[in-house]
This record gives sequence, structure tokens and C-alpha cells, in this order.
Amino acid sequence: MGIEATEVTADHGRGRTADSEDAPLLQVRDLQVEFRTRDGVAKAVNGVNYSVRAGETLAILGESGSGKSVSSQAVMGILDSPPGFVTGGEIVFKGQDLLKLSNEQRRKIRGTQMAMIFQDALSSLNPVHTVGTQLGEMYRVHRGTSKKDAKVKAIELMERVGIPAAKERVNQYPHQFSGGMRQRIMIAMALALEPDLIIADEPTTALDVTVQAQVMELLADLQREYNMGLILITHDLGVVADVADKIAVMYAGRIVETAPVHELYKRPAHPYTRGLLDSIPRLDQKGQELYAIKGLPPNLLRIPSGCAFNPRCPMAQEICRSEVPPLHAVTEPDGAPIEGRGSACHFWKETIHG
Amino acid sequence: MPDQQPNKPNGVPDDANTELSSAFPQTPTLGAMEVEGMLEKEDLTHSPDQPTESVAVADREVPRSLWQDAWRELRRNPIFIISGILIIFLIIVAFFPSLFDSTSPLECDLSKSQQGPTSGHPFGFDTQGCDVYARTVYGARASITVGVFATLGTALLGTVLGGLAGFFGGWLDAIISRIADIFFGIPILLGGLVFLSVIPSRSIWIVVAFIVVLGWPQLARIARGAVITARQQDYVTAARALGAGNSRLMLRHILPNSLAPIIVVATIALGTYISLEATLSYLGVGLKPPTVSWGIDISAAADTFRLAPHMLLFPAGALCVTILAFIMLGDAVRDALDPKLR
Amino acid sequence: MGRYVIRRLLQMIPVFIGTTFIIFAMVHALGDPVAALFGDKAPDPAVAAQIRQQLGLNDPLIVQYGNYMKGIFTGDLGTTFSGQPVTELLKTAYPTTLKLTIVAFTFEVILGIGLGVISGMRRGRFADTGVMVMTLIVISIPTFVIGYVLQYLFGVKWGIADATVPEGAPFSSLILPGFVLASVSLAYVARLTRTTIAENTKADYVRTAVAKGLPKRRVVTHHLLRNSLIPVITFLGTDLGALMGGALVTERIFNIHGVGYYLYQGILRQNTPTVVGFVTVLVIVFLLANLIVDLLYAVLDPRIRYA
Repeated sequence: MGIEATEVTADHGRGRTADSEDAPLLQVRDLQVEFRTRDGVAKAVNGVNYSVRAGETLAILGESGSGKSVSSQAVMGILDSPPGFVTGGEIVFKGQDLLKLSNEQRRKIRGTQMAMIFQDALSSLNPVHTVGTQLGEMYRVHRGTSKKDAKVKAIELMERVGIPAAKERVNQYPHQFSGGMRQRIMIAMALALEPDLIIADEPTTALDVTVQAQVMELLADLQREYNMGLILITHDLGVVADVADKIAVMYAGRIVETAPVHELYKRPAHPYTRGLLDSIPRLDQKGQELYAIKGLPPNLLRIPSGCAFNPRCPMAQEICRSEVPPLHAVTEPDGAPIEGRGSACHFWKETIHG
Repeated sequence: MPDQQPNKPNGVPDDANTELSSAFPQTPTLGAMEVEGMLEKEDLTHSPDQPTESVAVADREVPRSLWQDAWRELRRNPIFIISGILIIFLIIVAFFPSLFDSTSPLECDLSKSQQGPTSGHPFGFDTQGCDVYARTVYGARASITVGVFATLGTALLGTVLGGLAGFFGGWLDAIISRIADIFFGIPILLGGLVFLSVIPSRSIWIVVAFIVVLGWPQLARIARGAVITARQQDYVTAARALGAGNSRLMLRHILPNSLAPIIVVATIALGTYISLEATLSYLGVGLKPPTVSWGIDISAAADTFRLAPHMLLFPAGALCVTILAFIMLGDAVRDALDPKLR
Repeated sequence: MGRYVIRRLLQMIPVFIGTTFIIFAMVHALGDPVAALFGDKAPDPAVAAQIRQQLGLNDPLIVQYGNYMKGIFTGDLGTTFSGQPVTELLKTAYPTTLKLTIVAFTFEVILGIGLGVISGMRRGRFADTGVMVMTLIVISIPTFVIGYVLQYLFGVKWGIADATVPEGAPFSSLILPGFVLASVSLAYVARLTRTTIAENTKADYVRTAVAKGLPKRRVVTHHLLRNSLIPVITFLGTDLGALMGGALVTERIFNIHGVGYYLYQGILRQNTPTVVGFVTVLVIVFLLANLIVDLLYAVLDPRIRYA
């Protein structure tokens, strides 16, 4: 994946002037991550490019093992290392390449300027500390707040994310909260120091459907209020539609399609994306057999040659087995560019325009 | 998957199984929810030639069962190989001591009392003038017999009682758990001192029985926990919904899926039981002559340790190597069966 | 919390009765105490019968047990055949064993946890491998072998420590025996600590702590260690029983006149009251230690407390 990919994905509005005001909050360029295991080297992320602006929501969509979580862990600097290693690329956050910073410098950015929300709040919160302690820890460590003030702040935070009876519940332990409330606490923790960027890794997957909507709404509200950049990692197309501004679809460690959110739903330019969309049950297709992408995601130790999706692709040709498709800029049939769209498919034209 | 169980608790690697697993490292299995009765070894050897599944399935990495995975892990673990070879050697010594020694451990000559190593008698003589090498060789049998049978006994009793407690719960669980607590409440050496001094006969089997009586609660607790975990799994609910009876549920679904922690704890316990036998013999409540035991010999040599250290060091060395071998095996098995630590 | 404590206490009652009864019954099977009382001489049948009557030995075992337990709760453990109250004997013996156990326990906690933490934090590195090999070897050597070898090396050959413990057992003379007593448990503690640390290093909440931007030190002390030590503390509590049992062996090697010594003498002489008294007290201490550990567990892990 070369330079042209960067051009398409990274700069949503390439036409705009690149003054500092308009520079993206986060820009990931050609990121490479691999896991060195005893069975071999698993290439989890193979040259990923994306950017997020303040107030913007980028959804990264993909199956498990597509590299969506790994790439965001690399951005946060919390990759399990070993076995995980960032082997190339740049992560430019507010003008500086995070990969060039010392561990201590990166630590100071974590929690204060960028924060992360994890999928399973029950296991992600420490079971032996009260939620008040865990929330207050943010202020105590990064701001040197006193224990008493930290608790007051913790209560404020809990109220902010809509936890009733915060004053009483601040001394309770994570297992005493419901799943939705726990996820709100995770959000509160990420929000504590008003970071510029929040990465939410499947924030609603573990929740009931009704609670999912509430939590997503809360997240979106807070994002607007604080004008934060938000990276939403998910495998669920339904979650994305209402919240995201743009979507990057990942497959086998690469971004295979990138598009503004409604463009993507309307006319996907990659067979994988189309497969994902077709496998959503729809009322107007009642009685028909539901489509499913055949096969399973590839083993990262042995990524298929050429386009990684080719063994599962209904449109695969000889070229798909031999050549890795670059991220082509997607255009209208008449050649007019579509802003922010790219597809890593040799047959993107056929896919989008039939 | 009981037929894929790679190693028996006594640590003897099954050669046939080795062949099979190494020949088809990528052999597809039917996974945890296999159709019963289909998972014969013979089936496995054929399956690579039967691409009955769709093409898409054939080219993906097929998930291996826990036991296959563990076996693959074990074969690559040098600790397992070293301890395995040691244990095989020790078992041969225990069964056929005469292969390694021509003199008898009970043939003693007082005139040679406490003499150091000489040619033909590499370990020297003890106070009674018996050949220490012969006694060390013949002592393997007692240690290994006690270790293996005490482990089998505690594992069997513990698994059955703990398994029943975990499976049925309720009052049965309460009763079994309290009984286990009662025996758990007796520190084992203290209990040995009291219990074994009551019984005049000190055959190997009495010591084995004692260890089983005081040792089963440890295994029962593990088994109970494992069964409770397994019982809550969805496939057990599914099997129950399909009308499987209790005995079928227990033997076919729950037992195979609870075995891993039991095997791990039992293998590690084996080494400690050997150590326990020696300690009991040292305290004078374990085995008694004419049984040849390292514990007895070490105990007898202790008083004159400063004058004739060889009398203590050789049997003690043999004892330590034996315990070490079994504990190393237990460690290797745990590493292989406990995916959390991988 | 309250309900949990009450439940544990209630559960302990049958366990306490069962354990002490088994011990009581076994000791009584040791032999005829009256015959032992007379030593080699054959007792006059009439006198023997009278003594039996006095000691209540004609009562059913369960009644004898009941009477004995009643005695225990009033601080009466009976009298030895030499006429000394068992409590008196305990008072001379127990402090020594307690001191030995304290020394051993200190070694176990500091060295065991320390080595385990080092090992667990540097998994796969040299220090880790070293600790693993060392503990494996220590576990494989029975305590009495370690005892004799260390006694010979430190006490006799190099003369650094006392080879045998003098009367009164000052702490300084108990360092070597304490280390010997602790050795195997210490190795287990180190391995257990390493395992739980290694496990928890991968836990989600540790990842969260890192993502919060906490300094490494705080991640380790407030999150990793705090959670990892819960099972270690449980083990330490239940291991008290093993320490007391092991004390029998260690006391014999180093000629320490503690509980093990008197218990051993009692068994040799079939002195039933001594044996019952000593063993019962040890078992009670063990059961209490287990109970305390259970309660401590609930304090340390809130998930248990509210279950």
C-alpha cells in the first residue's frame, strides 16, 4: 500500500488548505504491527492510514482479527509488547509523531489527551477497587488532586454520565453495577481529563440492545459537547450508521474501503463491504435467504497472496491471487472524484457501478 | 475428547498417540461438540483424504482440541522430554532392579560397616554393612509404587466425590464438602504421626491408604470446581435439553471437560506424595524394614551424617531426582493444559 | 459481609467436631493408656479397673470425647500420666514452636513473594529462569534432607550457625531451622506468586490502568500486585498447617524442644493425654488460621464479600 493510499484516506478534505487549524488531530500513516509468536510472525496491521479531526467520528469496521483493535492499541501505546511490535509507520497526534516519543512522554499523553474505552467493562475495571477510587485515580495521578477532592470529582463525573445516586454508589465495586452502568463508568473514566481523542473499542458489544443505544447516544453527546475526536471500533454496521462521519473497513490488517458513512451504505465499492451489508437482515427481504460471506477470516500467519479477501470473494479473478490491490480513489462513472472514498479492490468500478 | 488424552497420569507417553499426532498435526477434528462415537483414532487418519466439507473450510486453520494442542505443546517442551525419559528409566529400575544390580540389598556384611565407595560398590556401605548402591536401586520401587498408587487413589476418590458434589449440588455437595473440610483440617504430617503409629503393619499399601484418606480433599475441591464450571457450559445445557440422562451427561460431556485441572494437580501431587512417604519413613511412621525405602535409609544415615555422608547423600540424591522428575512432568503438563499461561 | 462471616462460622462447627473427633478416636486407638501407665509391670487388675473408672475410660468413646471437649473450653486439657497438667507442658513447648513458625513464616512471605514478583515481572528472562529452576530443586528435596545438609554445611563445616538449638531457643539460633522449615513452602509461594502475576499482567483491568496513563510503578503496586496477592495470601494461611507439621521434622533435626518434640515423646510412650492435647490444639490453630484466611479473603476481594 503506497502513497496514493495515504492521499485518499488520510485527508478527508484534500482540497482544503492545510493550515494548522485544519490539520487532523490524529494522523496514522502506513502503520505496521506484527506479533512475534512461537508459531511465526503474525502481521496484524499492514500499512494502515487514517486520520481523525477534532469533533469528527471515524468508525473502523472489521471482523475479529482484522487488526482494528490492534491498530488502535498501537495508537494508545498499550500494545502487549512482546509479542506485539510496531514495525513501521507514523502516528502523528497534534503535530508530533508518538512513535518518536519516550515511554514516559507517551504515558503522560495517555489518559490526559487521548483515552480509551474498552469492550468489557466488567473485566476492564479493577474488581478490588471501588469505582470512586478508579475514577479519582485519574485526577490523583495526572493532576495531583487530594483524595477528598478526587472523590468529589468522581461523583461529578458519575453524574455527568447519568449514573443515578452517584454519591452513594461512588463507594461501590464494579460488580455491583449493571452492564450499562459499568460502561458509563468506563466512559466517565475516559472523559475525566477531557481528552482530545477517545478511542472506543466495541463499547456496546457486551450490552443489551436497548442499553446499547443509550450508551452510544451518551458517547455521541459528550463528543459533541467537548468537540473530541472519536475513533469507534466495531464489527457492527448498525452501531455505526447514526454516529460516525466516516468509515474505514479493515480486512486482514489493511483498510480495504474508506468512505463517508452514508456513501458506504448506499453504494459499497468493495466486495467485502458489500458482503457485510448484504448480511444484515432487512424487513423488505422477508422470506429470502439471508446472505452470508462464505469462509472465515484468514489466518494472520498465512495471509493469502494478492488480495487477502480473494478466497472468499465472489468476484475474484486471476489478478486477485497475484497482485495486492492498492487503495484506488473511487470516482463517479464519469470520473468525477468522490470526496474521501477509496477501495482496495481491483474491480472497484464493477463493484460500485455494477 | 478422552481418546485424545495425550498422557496418562503416570507419565508414560503413549507411543501410538505420538505417531498419530505428529503425522497429522493439522488434522481436522470435530471440535468440542463432536458427534459422539465418531471420534475414533481411525477416523482421524482418514479425514485428510475426505474433503467432504466445503472448500472454504478446508483451507482455513482448523482449531485443535485442548488435548491435541496440549500434546503438541508437550512434545516441544524439553522439560517434558527430560522428565519423561527420567521417569521411564525410574520405572524400569523399580520393576527390574536386578537389571542394575547383582547384589541383594539385604545381603549385608557388618565388617564393612560405613565404609566409603570402593570398586564394585560405587556408593559404599551403610552402618549394617549393606551395599548402598543396591539399596538405592531397590529403594526406587517403594517410592514409585507409593507415589503412583497414592496419586491414582486420591485422583479417583477425589474426582468421584468432588464430581458428584459439583454435579448434584445441594445437600450432597454440602455433606461431601464438609467431610472434605474435616480431612483437610488435619495437617498431613501430624495426621501421619498419629494415624500410622496406631497401625502396627507398615506395608506400602497402608501408607498409600493413609495418603489417599488425607489427600483426596485436595483433588475433590479441584474436581468440584471444574465440574461446576463445566456444568454451566452451554453444550451441557444443550445436551440436557436433548434429553441426555445424568450419567450420560457426566461421563460424556462433563468429565472429559473437567479432566485438565485434575490431571495437572494430580501429576504435581505425585512428586509431593513420594516426598511425603520419605518424610513419614524418616519420622518412623512410614515404611518399615525389611521394605527397602530411601526414606528409611536416609533416616538411618542421619545420625552418622557427619562421619559417613555417603550413606545419606546417595539415597537422598535418588529421592530428589525422582521427585524432581515427577514435579517437572507436572509442570510441563500444567503449562500445556493451562492455556491461560501460554 | 456479616452474612458471609456467619455462614463460614456455621460451616466450621461440623468441621471442627469432625476433625477433633477423628484425632481423638485415633489417639485412643494408640493402645491401652492404663497399660502404658504401668510401663513394663503388669498392673493389678483391680487397680487397673479402678483407674479406668476414674479416667472415664469405660464410657463410650463419644462420651469421653464430649467430656474432653468440655474440658478444652474451660482450659483443661487433662493431666499427663506423670501428673503434669497438659496445659503446663504446652506452655513450655508452644512458645518455642511458635517462634520457629514465625521465623519460617517471615522467610516464606518476604523471600517467597519477593522472588515470585521478580520472576513474574521478568517472565522468560534470566532472573525468572533462575528462580524457577531454584524453586523446582527446592521443592524436590524433602525438608529433612535440606535440614541435614544445611545443618552440616552451616552448623558444622562452616560454623556460621548453631547446629542444634540451645535451651530457651533464642531467635538467632532459629534462623537456620526457620529457613529449613520454610524452604519448600517458600518455593511454592514464589511459584504461585509468579503464576498469578503472569496471569494478571494480561488482565483487562491492567490494560485499563496502562491506558489511564498511570506510571508503571502505580500500575504494578495498586493494580497488579493488589490483585495477584489474593490467592497467595490464601495459600499462606492454609500453609500454616504444613508449617506446623513440618515443624515436627525440623525440631527433630535441630533438637528443638517444641511441640513436635513432646508430641513425638508422647506417641512413643503412648501418653494419650499429651498426644490428644497437643494434636487438638494444633488442629484448632490450623482451623482458626483457615477461618481467618477465609475472612481475609473476603476483605481483600469484594466480589466474595457481597456474594
